[in-house]
Amino acid sequence: MKIRFHIMPLVAMVALLSACEKDNYTEPKSTLSGQIVYNGEPIGVEEGQVRLQLWQPGFGKLAAIDAPIAQDGSYSALLFDGNYKLVFPRNRGPFKTIVKDAAAKDTLFVNLSGNQTLDVEVMPYYMIRTPQFSGGESKVNASIKLEKILTGTEGKDIERVSLYVNRTDFVARATNVAVTDVPGADIKDLNAINLTANVPTLSPAQSFVFARVGVKIKDVEDMVFTPVQKVNL
Amino acid sequence: MKKIFQILSIAVLTLGWSCNDDDFLNRPPTGQLSEDQIWTDEGQVLSVLGDLYNRYVDIATFKTIRIDNNDVPGWTTVGDFNEAFWSEAGRYNVFQNSGWDLKSWSHWDYAYIREMNLFIQKCTAADKLSPAVRERYLAEARFLRASYYFELVKRMGGVPLILEPMVYDYSGDPSYLQHPRAKESEIYDFVIKEAEEIKDKLPATPGEKSRATKAAALAMEVRAALYAGSIAKYGVNTPAVSLPGGEVGIPANMANGYYTKALAAAKEIITGKAGVYALYTKKPDLSENFASIFYDKANNSEVIFVEDFKLQSGKVHYFTGWNQPRYGAEEEEGGRINPSLQFVEAFEKLDNTFAPIPTTNANGTPIYYTDQTDIFAGRDARLAGTVILPGTTFKSRKVDIWAGYQLANGTVISGDDRGAQKTLPGKTVPEQVVGFDGPIDGFEFTAQTGFYLRKYLDPVLGSGQRGVNSEVWLVRYRYAEVLLNAAEAAFELGQAAEAAGYMNQVRERAGLVKPLKGSDINFDRIVHERRVELAFEGHVLYDMKRWRIAHQIMDGNAITAAEVSKDLGKATKRNTQPWGLWSYKIYDPGSANNGKWIFKPVKLSRVTGSDRFQLGNYYSYIDDAIISNNPKLVRNPNQ
Repeated sequence: MKIRFHIMPLVAMVALLSACEKDNYTEPKSTLSGQIVYNGEPIGVEEGQVRLQLWQPGFGKLAAIDAPIAQDGSYSALLFDGNYKLVFPRNRGPFKTIVKDAAAKDTLFVNLSGNQTLDVEVMPYYMIRTPQFSGGESKVNASIKLEKILTGTEGKDIERVSLYVNRTDFVARATNVAVTDVPGADIKDLNAINLTANVPTLSPAQSFVFARVGVKIKDVEDMVFTPVQKVNL
Repeated sequence: MKKIFQILSIAVLTLGWSCNDDDFLNRPPTGQLSEDQIWTDEGQVLSVLGDLYNRYVDIATFKTIRIDNNDVPGWTTVGDFNEAFWSEAGRYNVFQNSGWDLKSWSHWDYAYIREMNLFIQKCTAADKLSPAVRERYLAEARFLRASYYFELVKRMGGVPLILEPMVYDYSGDPSYLQHPRAKESEIYDFVIKEAEEIKDKLPATPGEKSRATKAAALAMEVRAALYAGSIAKYGVNTPAVSLPGGEVGIPANMANGYYTKALAAAKEIITGKAGVYALYTKKPDLSENFASIFYDKANNSEVIFVEDFKLQSGKVHYFTGWNQPRYGAEEEEGGRINPSLQFVEAFEKLDNTFAPIPTTNANGTPIYYTDQTDIFAGRDARLAGTVILPGTTFKSRKVDIWAGYQLANGTVISGDDRGAQKTLPGKTVPEQVVGFDGPIDGFEFTAQTGFYLRKYLDPVLGSGQRGVNSEVWLVRYRYAEVLLNAAEAAFELGQAAEAAGYMNQVRERAGLVKPLKGSDINFDRIVHERRVELAFEGHVLYDMKRWRIAHQIMDGNAITAAEVSKDLGKATKRNTQPWGLWSYKIYDPGSANNGKWIFKPVKLSRVTGSDRFQLGNYYSYIDDAIISNNPKLVRNPNQ
């Protein structure tokens, strides 16, 4: 009698558990990945600031799936197979999107089945060429060349060029230990832009830092960046 | 057995027959009032109106509000945008991220609008009410509706302008209920037009604070016209923040028209056409006087429109408990809003110049002060009226804010608990080495930046107690803001001398007796005056947005020590992180400096992020569900 009393909760639990049905959807398995490129060359941006939006029409209420773009211009999203529309939110990114025709505008149509790589071609205002970094004596030196891609009425001026120095290889505005800004008006020659940043005493000490140069374009919110470079002090 | 059954049957049938079913089922409910009962009785209509008043939306509020399915206490919305640091462990994350979600500040309550529209429809038809009363109720409802549309346009840009209660016909096609967004300028025009139409239907009674009055309608008109004017004027600086259909952005050529309307409406209040309002000047101590504006409810000549609270009525708030100085507080908590050093330094010296709080001489040696409050001497009286400075008192108790002892060799002796004790060199008995109010880095509810908030704190005993709470009102419109709005509108219209006249009234009340001339007025002055006069009253976000300077002030760069005190009074001065100012007592027996005070700016260790205001933050994200339900809505720019 006593034993049966102990069994009762167990029986109840088993009964309750067996009532649960297994989720009948498999998890998404297909990865869509790629980079933001100009003529095949990746475009660097600030971490977590630019994103792509994926729309999948036909399933309930419309909402975008965000695919954030990493520092090196790459993105990836884990998705169900199906048809997607891929766009940039308006005015995001240090570039113009390429409009194919009046109907599709700048939307890319993706038919996803299995993993797929898709690079997104855009028209940047500027490309940063031949970035060189050197370090020593608590200083980071950088030199870059800038190529103006969009010209004429579409072109925009440079607001400033900035050298950011961080402790880790996430190099950005919010967390830098040193920053040097050169206003756009002070730049005479786009082929010879040199910047120097003084690195303060780091605590805890480390013998290296990470640096990258960003270019802020007038009336464009997001900046274009060089790849992150490790610099020994 | 059979007999019992028969008797029972007869009894049941008799009883059943004796009931009058119709009467029984048609009794009026005792828990509800019918439409007829409400719309024939003035008192009942007023209580419906009271509910609409109660749902008024503010950005800075004392009440707990719901944001993204989280209950957020009102004090967090009061002390935002790095004007203050939040001394509460659970909320340090605000200073560790780097900006705001695109959905921040979004609002879209068309159920509220529908209920206001229903009220207006039913009240218009309620012919049993006396015409005068009905007209006032209607004007009040229209005031509330315009206020909410104003709130929406500030946050979302142009929204669908719905002025009738819409009804679904169950046909399966809801498309006739879907309205596109109006232009941003059209919503501002609506607010201004409503204010013009209702102002003479509302009483011109300065004693009335919690219900709409003529002055409240005019004050709303002034603010709305000023906002629209500045969006038109300064929108050119951010061409990306606009939509081709005008849902966001106002054409630049409309600026002067709006500024003219703002100035005209402000003059109606200033010249007394809406009843006599004046700056509050009851008390001789100017700082005390400034603090009193917000808690003195007796014949307050300055306050125009408020959300009122009342003790023992159920409508009270705990703002004082949240933010009171911790030492000797009525509950074991408080001190959540710590004004930042940059905010404190924004207050001018009495000769109208800007200067950092002087901690060191020109050659870098610290300045020794006999009294803790000396370092703040000779400044705008609003500083001590807005901020509880170290060495001052609240509820006749001195706040105990000091970070430790500094020895002659520069060593600091401090503790990690409130009022911690240690033995100083050369002594045998331990003594207190840090204030009971801190500052201790990362120790919540103490003055971590070295300051507490004073504005809106209730000096009445018991106001910081959970069981009592406070009845301090939330000021939505006050006369000083009307003056500053008039000054800004006049300045933008090129009437600098007139602008100086309005601004000088406000500054004189703050102890700045040297009047500014017309030639002294510039954009930076306008921005600065609003920042110090209207701090913590919910203006800072909308001001930064309409002048399109938010992305410059909060550009995502950390603030360096050298930068904290630079460019004071400049409108676009970077303000991405709050800094603190800690005071130390000198322990150097035998020296003349023994017992004196020195001050050091500090960056708190909990502040690791720096804020970046994105262009997409200028107008909040319209929820995907809303756009799915109404495909005629266009999305806001940069999102």
